[in-house]
Amino acid sequence: MVGAACAYFAARAGLSVTVVDRGPVAGGTTGAGEGNLLVSDKEPGPELELALLSTELWRELADMLPPGIEYEPKGGLVVASGEAGLRVLRDFAAGQEKAGVRAEEVPAERLEDLEPHLAPGLAGGFHYPQDAQVMPALAAAHLLRAAGDRVCLRLGEEVIGLLTTADGAVRGVRTAAGEMHAGHVVNAAGAWGGEFARLAGVELPVLPRRGFVLVTEPLPRVVRHKVYAADYVADVASDSAALGTSAVVEGTAAGPVLIGASRERVGFDRTLSTEVLRRLAVQATALFPFLAGVRAIRTYAGFRPYLPDHLPAIGPDPRVPGLLHACGHEGAGVGLAPATGLLIARSLGGGELPLDIGAFSPVRFAADG
Amino acid sequence: MARTPAELVGANPGPAFEITMDGRPVTALPGQSVAAALWSAGILAWRTTRTTGRPRGAFCGIGQCYDCLATINGEPNRRACLVPARPGDVIITQEGHGHARIGV
Amino acid sequence: MPASASDPYDLAVIGAGSAGLAGAVTAAELGLSVALLDSSPQTGGQFYRHPAQAIGAVRPEALHHDWPAFAELRRRLERSEVRHLSGHHVWAVTKENGDGKGNGERKGDGERKERGDVWAVHAVTGADGAEGQPVRVRARAVLLATGAYERQLPFPGWTLPGVVGAGGAQAMLKSGLVLPGKRIVVAGSGPLLLAVASSLAAAGAQVPAVIEASGYLGYARHPRALAANPQKLVEAAVHGAALLRHRVRLRTRSAVTEVHGTDRVEAVTVTRLDRDWRPVRGTGRRIACDALAVGHGLAPQIELATALGCATRPTADGTTALALGGLQETSVPGVWAAGETGGIGGAQLARAEGELAGTAVAAGLYGRPYREGRIRALQRRRDRMRGFAEAMAARHAPAAGWTDWLTDATDVCRCEEVTAGRIREAVTDLGASDAHTVKLLTRAGMGWCQGRMCGTAAVCLAAGEGQLRRAVEPPAERRPFAVPVPLSALASLDEPTGTRPDTAPGTDH
Repeated sequence: MVGAACAYFAARAGLSVTVVDRGPVAGGTTGAGEGNLLVSDKEPGPELELALLSTELWRELADMLPPGIEYEPKGGLVVASGEAGLRVLRDFAAGQEKAGVRAEEVPAERLEDLEPHLAPGLAGGFHYPQDAQVMPALAAAHLLRAAGDRVCLRLGEEVIGLLTTADGAVRGVRTAAGEMHAGHVVNAAGAWGGEFARLAGVELPVLPRRGFVLVTEPLPRVVRHKVYAADYVADVASDSAALGTSAVVEGTAAGPVLIGASRERVGFDRTLSTEVLRRLAVQATALFPFLAGVRAIRTYAGFRPYLPDHLPAIGPDPRVPGLLHACGHEGAGVGLAPATGLLIARSLGGGELPLDIGAFSPVRFAADG
Repeated sequence: MARTPAELVGANPGPAFEITMDGRPVTALPGQSVAAALWSAGILAWRTTRTTGRPRGAFCGIGQCYDCLATINGEPNRRACLVPARPGDVIITQEGHGHARIGV
Repeated sequence: MPASASDPYDLAVIGAGSAGLAGAVTAAELGLSVALLDSSPQTGGQFYRHPAQAIGAVRPEALHHDWPAFAELRRRLERSEVRHLSGHHVWAVTKENGDGKGNGERKGDGERKERGDVWAVHAVTGADGAEGQPVRVRARAVLLATGAYERQLPFPGWTLPGVVGAGGAQAMLKSGLVLPGKRIVVAGSGPLLLAVASSLAAAGAQVPAVIEASGYLGYARHPRALAANPQKLVEAAVHGAALLRHRVRLRTRSAVTEVHGTDRVEAVTVTRLDRDWRPVRGTGRRIACDALAVGHGLAPQIELATALGCATRPTADGTTALALGGLQETSVPGVWAAGETGGIGGAQLARAEGELAGTAVAAGLYGRPYREGRIRALQRRRDRMRGFAEAMAARHAPAAGWTDWLTDATDVCRCEEVTAGRIREAVTDLGASDAHTVKLLTRAGMGWCQGRMCGTAAVCLAAGEGQLRRAVEPPAERRPFAVPVPLSALASLDEPTGTRPDTAPGTDH
């Protein structure tokens, strides 16, 4: 998704772009994602700025792309089971509102109006009307198509090396099929962004953080918003390698309800974990009791590209002239893709940047600096 | 030469019983699946699809294709080719996902 | 039985067809504690599917070949200590301890130190797995004998009521003693079609024609394989005689390219095919019928194995089977497989492989007498029958031109109602070049059946020219849930009720 967005915005800025992927379109983390376009889970700071810009850009893209991308400005609903949790949510939302997020407290007795099937007895919650959803694989495919003739797709081709000039600047990439020449190379390899950086001889500590998604049988529209419990925010920001789960429940245009989101650092291991499935099922049925009688027909794992401070790497890499990074968005890559693409396109084309990208510097983890 | 499957295998089943399909009585034999009982009454479809509303019934016959999903005694999405018919079973044509009653 | 209820079984066998039965009784006779799980209420699998006891059939063998072989396995099962868990729909097998994968965090109370890995076999129970309690059966070794399902190639009208799987028609006949119609055309490809046609005819249906897409001539090119497998010749001769008796016409190099009728089948159009299985224009002929039984051979059911990371191999007819060693072992230590999971080969081969696997598990894991002579004899029989099966499979491999049957309006994915046109659009306009991307971009294969019915078609359409591009195909059989699982069952995964098979519901004895 991030690569597609970079290609789209770069092409729109008049550049000619080749997109190289060792797999198919959306074959990595994008294809395993739920398509979250969230501001609700982000605390004030550089990532929230990126998310708010992306929210605007997604709305524009949704007008331009076909309805098949299933863009839904459905809003998010964060609920708390007890008073203490609700107080935490209130403080969190107050900070977000100062940064430009719209958040509205929903008292316990009004939760039912928003989500009739929510479990009774919750303390209350917050409604975030800016949260939205998109079908990520279709969005990526349509975005690439909309980019037009300036974008050339080279799928099923793996980059095995970078071409550099005598003074170390990037001049293209090498694949098994041969060389491709370009003045700039953008690393949008997601969870594999660290490996790609190593090809260029630089260090970028991207690690995979595994998540499972449970998919139910097709249902009518029983879950209207993106609904999650207050602990999700803490889980997203956690640095633990151990398993963390906090159910995020949402309906889809196609019928199935999606249940995420677990987080654990176990490398690229897709082995089914019954403990993860158990926790997701316990938490989802606690939020929506009717789900107990519903069947899961599918589950899959994806790998979030995780950087130690939970912020992506966006922009030129001063260590290798011509190399730019656009990866490490963890679980928010689909949401943050348009703003990332715009920032990359402006970096390439020399335009003015819509926000400060200092916090996303690719060299912030380097030993000297 | 045998004229019916039952004659071919020398079936001597227990007494037949009745189930209903959309209110219409259907005779079933002990040991038959819901789908088999419906087939023997000449009924080949007992659900309509989610998107285009087309009729469907048993296809693979061994519980793999999920085309035979039926609403049996109020429970949607039961595989009719696997669920044995029991006296008094109420089968109704399942529309789409079958979960209309939990819709909002 | 294990010494105590908290002990794992020595061996869990999944599937009580010919392979599983042979494996279970062999292992039990060698002294292993064995649990045999199967989704059906009765043993026999698909090949020996038979009416429920209540139907009171005195001649169930009238619908089967080689019934005595099954009757003998059933007798051995009854005499054995094997715990037969019927009505158990296995949705996953996971490693319970060992390398910390999967359930690494959990430690059962009072769990003893075990030799090697312990596997957890997770099942939902009941007739269709929708109403029973979840069960977990633990075992030190697993034998996957999960059989096969019928491969389908879509064509215009194949979703109309009255169009049924050829194997499906036979299964419904064998178990429920019913027919989908009075005048049934049998079509597709593969040797199963002749068996289906002769059973349907014997049970009183009119079968105006058997429509076979390939040319049967190819068998003659493998005289050695045929001569080494006289039983297959006998079977073919029996079917041939039955078809003659019932005046069933066999039309080769032809396919049903359209089904007529609004709410049910009224007729089909049969068209001649060229060598590439492309329909030959102007050769369509209408045949009146009220049902169509159709199928293109069988596909190994291997999702439990692929979820465990077992290696696979492409077969001669374009399906994916498990890659197995000389003793039926998969690439994952502790997991064995027998029968159709290793490639389609029939009940006789499945019995040999089941016995081989049962013997090997006992010998390899638990040091039971190795019985070298017996193992070598079984291996020779297996290799001979596999050779024949592969030769036959090659003859019935779908040729590239079959996708020309599809109009853009033909539903390819039955569950999600995804048309061939939408898939072609995803391929030509959105860059999908493999079945997984087709699924992501169109939902073909995302529905209830998880791509079992449309998987082959999706692969062929994604490849563009109707080729089976096996080399680039990601594991199409990756279905982490082999059957749907209620969320309540997932939520109760750590509850101890599921771990004691002797308290499990749905047990036979």
